Amino acid sequence: MAGSTPASLTAERPAPAGIAAGVTPRKKARFSPGLEAWRRFRRHKLAMASSIILGLIVVAVLLGPLIWRVPINEIDFASKLDGPSWAHPLGTDDLGQDILARLLYGGRISLAVGFCAMLVAAVVGVMVGAIAGMSRGSIDAALMWLADLFLSLPQLPLLLLISYLFRDSLTKILGTQGGIFVMIVVVIGGLRWMQVARLVRAQILSIREKEFIEAARALGASSFRQVVRHILPNALGPVIVAGTIDVAAAIIAESTLSFLGLGFPPDIPTWGRVLFDAKDTIDIAPHWALFSGGAIFLAVLTINFIGDGLRDAFDPRRVL
Amino acid sequence: MSRQYIIRRLLVAIPSLLGISIILFCVLALAPGDPFSEIAANPAIPPEVAASLRAKFGLDDPVWLRYLHWLSAMAHGDWGFSFASRINVDTLILQRLPTTLIVIGAAQLLAIIVALPVGVLAGTRPYSVFDQIANTLAFIGFSLPTFFTGLLLIMLFSIKLDWLPMVYNAELSSTGWTWLWDQVKQSIMPVMVLGLFQGASLVRYVRSAVLDVVRLDYITTARSKGIGERRVITRHVVRTALIPVVTLVALQMPIVFSGAIVTEQIFRVPGIGSLLISAMLANDTPVIMAVTFVFACLVVFFNLIADVLYGWLDPRISYR
Amino acid sequence: MAETLLDIRGLKTWFATDDGLVRAVDGVDLHIDRGETLGVVGESGCGKTVTARSVLKLIDMPPGRFEDGQILWQGRDLIPLGQDEMDKIRAREIAIIFQEPMTSLNPVYTVGHQIAEVLQQHEKLSRKQAIQAAVEMLRLVNIPNPQKRVHDYPHQFSGGMRQRVMIAMAMSCKPKLLIADEPTTALDVTIQAQILELMQEMKDKIGMSVMLITHAMGVVAETCQRVVVMYAGKVVEEAPVEALFGDPRHPYTQGLIRSIPRVDRAAEHKERLESIPGSVPSLLNPPTGCRFASRCKYAMDICVRGMPPLKEVGPGHRVACVL
Repeated sequence: MAGSTPASLTAERPAPAGIAAGVTPRKKARFSPGLEAWRRFRRHKLAMASSIILGLIVVAVLLGPLIWRVPINEIDFASKLDGPSWAHPLGTDDLGQDILARLLYGGRISLAVGFCAMLVAAVVGVMVGAIAGMSRGSIDAALMWLADLFLSLPQLPLLLLISYLFRDSLTKILGTQGGIFVMIVVVIGGLRWMQVARLVRAQILSIREKEFIEAARALGASSFRQVVRHILPNALGPVIVAGTIDVAAAIIAESTLSFLGLGFPPDIPTWGRVLFDAKDTIDIAPHWALFSGGAIFLAVLTINFIGDGLRDAFDPRRVL
Repeated sequence: MSRQYIIRRLLVAIPSLLGISIILFCVLALAPGDPFSEIAANPAIPPEVAASLRAKFGLDDPVWLRYLHWLSAMAHGDWGFSFASRINVDTLILQRLPTTLIVIGAAQLLAIIVALPVGVLAGTRPYSVFDQIANTLAFIGFSLPTFFTGLLLIMLFSIKLDWLPMVYNAELSSTGWTWLWDQVKQSIMPVMVLGLFQGASLVRYVRSAVLDVVRLDYITTARSKGIGERRVITRHVVRTALIPVVTLVALQMPIVFSGAIVTEQIFRVPGIGSLLISAMLANDTPVIMAVTFVFACLVVFFNLIADVLYGWLDPRISYR
Repeated sequence: MAETLLDIRGLKTWFATDDGLVRAVDGVDLHIDRGETLGVVGESGCGKTVTARSVLKLIDMPPGRFEDGQILWQGRDLIPLGQDEMDKIRAREIAIIFQEPMTSLNPVYTVGHQIAEVLQQHEKLSRKQAIQAAVEMLRLVNIPNPQKRVHDYPHQFSGGMRQRVMIAMAMSCKPKLLIADEPTTALDVTIQAQILELMQEMKDKIGMSVMLITHAMGVVAETCQRVVVMYAGKVVEEAPVEALFGDPRHPYTQGLIRSIPRVDRAAEHKERLESIPGSVPSLLNPPTGCRFASRCKYAMDICVRGMPPLKEVGPGHRVACVL
């Protein structure tokens, strides 16, 4: 009978479950859940490779603009729409601006949006899930109904709607970059907390059933803290996996918004925006669209592979 | 399947719809500034219409009263008047909705036709070469944002090879078979973009559903009956693995709509997605509200379909 | 001379795992004659289930493989057969029922459909005829109101009734051998008795042989003609049932019999419940000598040096022990 099967392929095959009895695993030096997870993650070749590539991308966008000092908005009509060259390794756009510099700079924002939106979703999700799981009864029911409602909201249309309605006023309050950044992060994160909340709540409920009897017998007040201390580490795994998915989804959402011309202001070269600018000249300057689209693709792909590796690392038995 | 079950699901859908409409309306109400200032400023709007709009939206009434007015107007099919197109919003939407639905429908069909056999084959032969390739391709598939894929396809098929038209022409001049052929030629790319994106994530879902089911006891029972491995897979594995997959397909519809918005923009397909974008760029508020609401309705509708399908496929749910 | 239906010779079913090679079944000989009930006993992990599934080749072959041995069914070796050939034998000649009735039936098909499936496949009945036959099978296993119940889904039956459905399904093609892998372990005691009685009835009706796998010695004593005792992937004793209980030769068998709770004796003599100290050795790196040596109170030097072969100590009574 087939036993546990990791969701991804590059992890190695596990022992069949039907013969578990009578099998003692070879001695492992020290057993800790974190170490185990790391070991399993290492087996996932694509995830390991992706971690390296993503690391390079992050370093590039953080330090790149400091090293590659070509300005992002230096207009030079003489060399507009040029392909890759030594002066401009990724070519130039229709205003002669250096694409590499723009992508490096814009990458900071694209990645920052992704990461912060994930944080918003994670924080809100953990809080809502914890409250729902701990309180039970009507509060739990109400929160879950709210989560279901939010899950029914069409994400992109709503994102577009809010962007359309609030961008002007937010720009006045927090400045162009800040305003739009906050708005996009809050909206994207605010539409993704539901899955995290569900995960955390499920963890709490399952532990509550188990520990409840013991907790009741133990000291009254500290049982609450005990339960929280036991739950959160266990819930951490699935939440982290959900987190990586959220980052990828947030990056795509922001890029989509920018690509539709409704994201950050035109002078800020987020990857989606650069692609938006590039889309009208793909016949004569394909490099422009290819590099900017490729950047988004590479970031999302590596994040997805890492998420897959993390999923295997934390819970090899669950296939998705 | 019991009628009670369907009725129960319908009853759940209605509060969801109301909840979504409240959220949408609140978003609009909270928006600073007067989205209807366009009415006064735009000379194209006849003054009577402007006055009736202000009255209908009761812009000076308390929020909840405005909501009720708006809700009853929506329910009566009075969706307002579009500033930009100078026709009733509901006519406009009805004109363009079918195109969107056809493209989305064809894309989902393509996704299912490709993903189902690939996912089943991958799931029944885990870790094989086929599985590894399929999985990696799937990851690439859903890491590629739809707008990038669209541009890539245009670069390849329209520009380089000149096989397919780049822009969708709603008024094709040809007739008969030529018309059909032209229609197919201009629809292939948008359908492929959407379909392949959906298909990629579907492959993974099908694969993991199959992996989950294949190790269950009743599959061993089925094998022990000597009905042949192929029948075991098609009649037992796929039939039960379909249950979570089908509900997932229905629940993923909101994401498909978002993809449709982008695809319609790139290929200039005249559906409600591109309608939303052009309405935003033209500050055509009634259209924006109505289209967003239509998206929300579609989401609720497909959630309902998912529930009903789930009850139909899994007798344990509905025979209660 | 009774006709031997199933003859397993030196079967070795091994599994390649991340932690090493698991020798779940490591050289097992057993045979079943026509019309008899063979009990296969041993504790969890001793290889009984793997042996049973090996007969019908229901083992997942990528991790598992047949390292050695033969499984002779009416003289024909099943091991080299392909899946198509095996499918002709499954359910028609050899049927199997499993331990967990709650999860052994497909939840999305009616029980009638699932029983009919076997009949349509092997007896080439039409759908209507097959459903009708399914009704008869349900009636045979004492499920009340079979005409109506045949259209019900598994979740509408209790555990005991689901096991009856499994039995009905297994018997529908009147197989020559029924392998019952711990059929009553997951059911409560009163239902257990009913199921065992049912199996006996069925056996008498169609003259079937039964391979009853269990770890309950009491059940064996009541229902089996012969018994095979397995330990750590090998057979340690084989005997007719009276000989096994009257004169157990292998220390493990003795331990098993002694550890049966005896309510009558305990009440009078206040005996402690006996258990066999120690635990089953790892199937990854089995000891070279007798596998029971580490827990055996009679263990001697030669016990650890080499695996004692099965030797005859009485009519049909063989033991793998130097004693």
